[in-house]
Amino acid sequence: MSSDAEVRDYPFGEPAGIEVDPLFAKLRREEPVSRIRLPYGGEGWLVTRHEDTKLVLADPRFSRARTVDRDDVPRTTPEPARGGFLLNMDPPEHNRLRRLVALAFTSRRVERLRPRVQEIVGERLAEIERHGPPTDLVRSLALQVPIVVICEMLGVPARDQERFQDFSDAVLSTTAYTPEEILAVRTALQTYLADMVRRRREQPTDDLLGALVAARDDEDRLSEEELINLGIGLLIAGHGTTANQISNFTYVLLTRPGSWDLLRERPDLVPGAVEELLRYVEFGTGGSFAKVATEDVLVGGVLIPAGDAVFVNAQAANRDETVFDSPDEVDLLRQPNPHLAFGHGLHHCLGAQLARLILQVTIGSLVRHFPSLRLAVPAEDVPWKTGLLVRGPKALPVSW
Amino acid sequence: MTEQRWRIQIDKRTCIGSGLCIGISPDHFRLVDGRSEPRAESVTPDDLVLDAAEFCPVEAILVRAENTMTILAPQQ
Ligand code: HEM
Ligand code: SF4
Repeated sequence: MSSDAEVRDYPFGEPAGIEVDPLFAKLRREEPVSRIRLPYGGEGWLVTRHEDTKLVLADPRFSRARTVDRDDVPRTTPEPARGGFLLNMDPPEHNRLRRLVALAFTSRRVERLRPRVQEIVGERLAEIERHGPPTDLVRSLALQVPIVVICEMLGVPARDQERFQDFSDAVLSTTAYTPEEILAVRTALQTYLADMVRRRREQPTDDLLGALVAARDDEDRLSEEELINLGIGLLIAGHGTTANQISNFTYVLLTRPGSWDLLRERPDLVPGAVEELLRYVEFGTGGSFAKVATEDVLVGGVLIPAGDAVFVNAQAANRDETVFDSPDEVDLLRQPNPHLAFGHGLHHCLGAQLARLILQVTIGSLVRHFPSLRLAVPAEDVPWKTGLLVRGPKALPVSW
Repeated sequence: MTEQRWRIQIDKRTCIGSGLCIGISPDHFRLVDGRSEPRAESVTPDDLVLDAAEFCPVEAILVRAENTMTILAPQQ
């Protein structure tokens, strides 16, 4: 056992590719609720077991609003957490705003988009085919699909996508951008969204942004600022994460012998494979958003005093050997698979069903169109992003 | 005069264990073997129960008025 008093610097280090730091496994076994020191704002707690993670994420005694604008809350970014986004809100504000968009993201509604998503992916693959091998899948596919789907859903022109690309990288940045750069991108996107809203006032639309404008103007269910932040939140939460996962998943499948062939022979296994890849490849690097205890709470036998910040980590929870057999193996047939890749509780990913659809269609189509797909460089030469909260390859050169 | 009550039903086969409903109202919902269950099927009206049914990503929660059996949430 390590001593009770040990406080570790967190995140544990810049991850190499999609590797998971072995320290998480050790902590899960020996010190499931441990003390950590963040780069900014001081110390907090890290919870690594699956069960404790679910408790922290679902228990209303842990607050997100209490992290907003507070310089004394531990975090990975220089700036304190900003308010105005679903992720940083507590009830009742959180519920009032999520209510306005929840219906658009249910399985039933998302399933209606399947033919269109299939079409968007089909166009990209045809384009890749036309150019011939090799191609960088990050640019030619991953960055092209989620943004178009989400823009169409919201009703903003996909040709403006470069603005969102800059913005989502900046927001998820720990060190890759300066605070001034982040602020500049944020302001630009706010102005852009405000313009989209103004146009809908002149000419109502039946897209999601149009529905939000109507909820603002006709029913007064949200403020102007909330409306704009909600739009920004959807654009950035959805696109970078899903794009990175398309690249990450393809990388894993191409570097695990037999995986590509298995999915080619058994396309019915794609949805389950996507779940396993969601479990295996944590899109974040570890610096998730803190929650603050509003009263004393017992987590895994450790008393978290009121006012303390707690971090969870999906890569730790998703490798919990008491829940998943051989957790460090990719088992495309794994069943059941109660992974926490989309979080848990009140802030469970709004776009989870949409992300699943996009990932299933993209991976499924890629396997079908390019049965002989392979990396065009040795696996160890694939370059990875650094300094961001999300992980993914900078480029994924493939051939067929 | 009887007070109005609501009935909560959860389709366990559809539930994906997102924990959303539990996060919204642990007084009404709990996870059993990774799937949600109402703590009581008949409850006094509470907006949190409607939120849970609206937020459920797979619409596994059905809330109805007990006397008329009218569906209160999710919206159809
Ligand atoms: C593979 C892709 C994705 C992954 C792995 C993912 C993961 C997550 C996770 C883990 C959370 C909870 C964070 C926390 O509690 O700290 C979350 C929340 C959220 N996600 Fe996603 N997400 C993905 C795609 C999307 C998409 C496509 C959208 C929308 C278009 C989206 C919108 C949101 C929103 C709005 C929230 C905040 C919900 C709330 O606080 O109520 N995400 N996501
Ligand atoms: S919100 Fe729906 S899917 Fe999530 S735990 Fe509750 S019933 Fe299950």
